[in-house]
Amino acid sequence: MQVPLWEHDTILSVERLTMRFGGLIAINELSFKAARGHITAVIGPNGAGKTTVFNCITGFYKPTEGRLVLYHGKPGSDLLTPLTDGATPDISDQQGRVFLLERLPDYLVAQKARVARTFQNIRLFSGMTVLENLLVAQHNHLMRASGWTLKGILGLKSYRQAEAAAIAKARQWLERIHLTARADDAAGALPYGDQRRLEIARAMCSDPQLLCLDEPAAGLNPKESGELNALLRGIRAEGLTSILLIEHDMSVVMEISDHVVVLDYGTKISDGTPDFVRNDPKVIAAYLGAEDEGEVKAIEAEVGV
Amino acid sequence: MATMQSPAADPAMKPGLDYGAAFKDACLAGIIAFLIFGLLLGYETQQTLTNQIILVPRTMLLAGVVAIVVIGRFLINLWSAHRAQTLKTAPTKTTNPLLLKLEAQAGPAFLIAAVLFPAIVIIANGELQSSRYLVDLGILLLTYVMLGWGLNVVVGLAGLLDLGYVAFYAVGAYTYALLATTLVKLPGLEWLAPWMFWICLPVSGLLAALWGVILGFPVLRLRGDYLAIVTLAFGEIIRLVLINWVDVTNGGAGISSIPRPTFFGLPFSAADNGFAATFGITFDPMHRIIFLYYVIVALAAVTFIVTLRLRRLPIGRAWEALREDEIACRSLGINTTNTKLTAFSIGAMFGGFAGCFFAARQGFISPESFVFMESAIILAIVVLGGLGSMLGVIIATMVLIGGPEMLRNVESLRLVFGSDFDPTKYRMLILGIGMVLIMIWKPRGLISTREPTVTLGKKAQAISGDFVKEGHG
Repeated sequence: MQVPLWEHDTILSVERLTMRFGGLIAINELSFKAARGHITAVIGPNGAGKTTVFNCITGFYKPTEGRLVLYHGKPGSDLLTPLTDGATPDISDQQGRVFLLERLPDYLVAQKARVARTFQNIRLFSGMTVLENLLVAQHNHLMRASGWTLKGILGLKSYRQAEAAAIAKARQWLERIHLTARADDAAGALPYGDQRRLEIARAMCSDPQLLCLDEPAAGLNPKESGELNALLRGIRAEGLTSILLIEHDMSVVMEISDHVVVLDYGTKISDGTPDFVRNDPKVIAAYLGAEDEGEVKAIEAEVGV
Repeated sequence: MATMQSPAADPAMKPGLDYGAAFKDACLAGIIAFLIFGLLLGYETQQTLTNQIILVPRTMLLAGVVAIVVIGRFLINLWSAHRAQTLKTAPTKTTNPLLLKLEAQAGPAFLIAAVLFPAIVIIANGELQSSRYLVDLGILLLTYVMLGWGLNVVVGLAGLLDLGYVAFYAVGAYTYALLATTLVKLPGLEWLAPWMFWICLPVSGLLAALWGVILGFPVLRLRGDYLAIVTLAFGEIIRLVLINWVDVTNGGAGISSIPRPTFFGLPFSAADNGFAATFGITFDPMHRIIFLYYVIVALAAVTFIVTLRLRRLPIGRAWEALREDEIACRSLGINTTNTKLTAFSIGAMFGGFAGCFFAARQGFISPESFVFMESAIILAIVVLGGLGSMLGVIIATMVLIGGPEMLRNVESLRLVFGSDFDPTKYRMLILGIGMVLIMIWKPRGLISTREPTVTLGKKAQAISGDFVKEGHG
């Protein structure tokens, strides 16, 4: 069997990640790798610890133990040991940069390591317009352009140009998610499916290297789900952003992901291509919660194995 | 059935206007009112000549109060039912389009009105001295408008509930008072005296901004009620320090004979080098009042323009995003610590400017001027006007500060309440009732809609207040 892509062109490497909340072990020594340019799905039953993994990767939780390595470009593999022994959160060479995400606070994970995320319960700026939502996502870039507000207050040309460029970029994304007509409406006034896509577009406006989507298809009807798949495939086709997603909707997972990691009770029970995972008896039994043969059969029929 | 499909045809079918239920509820309110007021208002204790205390029943008063409660409750029930019905039939209820148009034109219109105000007052009065009351009132109003706009940055835009805003006002005022009274006494610096106000104005703003950062740091982790309590405490700490640090602040006695601002170096005095003599006009103490008026107009205009610009810059959008959802902000790489600190410090800076002006205008300050009530009034202006709305602050200031002043002079109230009615006694009560009514009528403030900071289309459309969050700390 050939070596899978995630072993040699890794963007994210989760290594022996453990997260304890008091006595409760939410994640137990979880290790997996995500490949650059892939759509990697993390699946598992409710309470398996998927969102906790996400919160650790994006800096919202500080992991109890373990290492979260993010690679920009293809830096030498010899960088990792000095970085781990040192105290800095990142190190770089000619070919790229390595980040230890557990050492960065949440906003720097987004700002420096360029990991963007969406939320299970959509978190848009509901009182701001669709366009404003996409501009807030470009905050750090625009802050620099506005000379930390000074140039902006004076209304200098360089800032106005940067703002026009930011609006152009937002407009591009609005066209991609078919929301141009509603650009000046409050984000909270959009239908649910549009809000989901807007949240993804907002995350994409921050130019992420890794995009983490927490159940992007939750609550979508089949048509919206199809649009979402097309959007994610489009992002993958551009090759600039890798995607890590949590999902319950099997059709989305099996259709678009290149790599699936299955969690149950905070441990990894399967890891591989969608075909491999789909046929893994451990997944069918444990993840789908089947107790006896008959139930397994019924579920197999449902997922179409 | 036809009647089922068109309930409007049969008034009894109308779900909202149920007179029976409204009346029943009103009667219940009447019973509660009777129980509450029965002993409080129903009897009066009087001392007889033999020093005995007897109970005198006041049946009519009690009956009157209960009747007011019953009728009032009945009318409120009918009104709210009616409103619920109209809301159902017309769900897209937004702010009055006229008000929106006004908001767009608010800046220039109010600036012109503010600039022309003293001229109009003086022409109407025919002479300077008798105009003093109105121009003074104008200064008072503009000071509160400026404070309201400053607090609006913190509470309205960034969504951080600050109950101690008056602390920054105090820092600005004391900065000017202390610097101006001590610096000019230093040997070799006497020549600075006429310029003191203009030197201290930026210093006051910067020091207040610094205190904004100092307050900001410890409270950054706090949200909602906890933030409100700590900011409230901060306001009190500043006031208590001012009272107790007698060596520096002169304690509760305050600082007096603070140098007055000059006309860019020319003092407003009857002296030969004074403003009047230099320009060849007759000396009049009103010159200084009018000059002070234009200083506060300029300060308020600067506050307005800077706030308006900031709102359209990334920092302003980040403030509003912070109010909407702090976690989403962090997920987009926004440093929420710095963003909150800038909101605190810029709001505080405007408070500091206003404080410096206040000290210069009064010529005397004491901790008495910086009590919690001031913070509460400024916050009430922001909330009543509608969080985040600049025009709302102006209107709310007119109502909350101008209203009580006007009520002092309204003689027509005597016609309603009898000739022995003293409007000054009841003005705060009337104001309170007015505030309650406004908050019932417009729970999110007078202007509850939000103007987008940037649009793709040509026409900016206001965002309904239903979508805009209030922030939670």
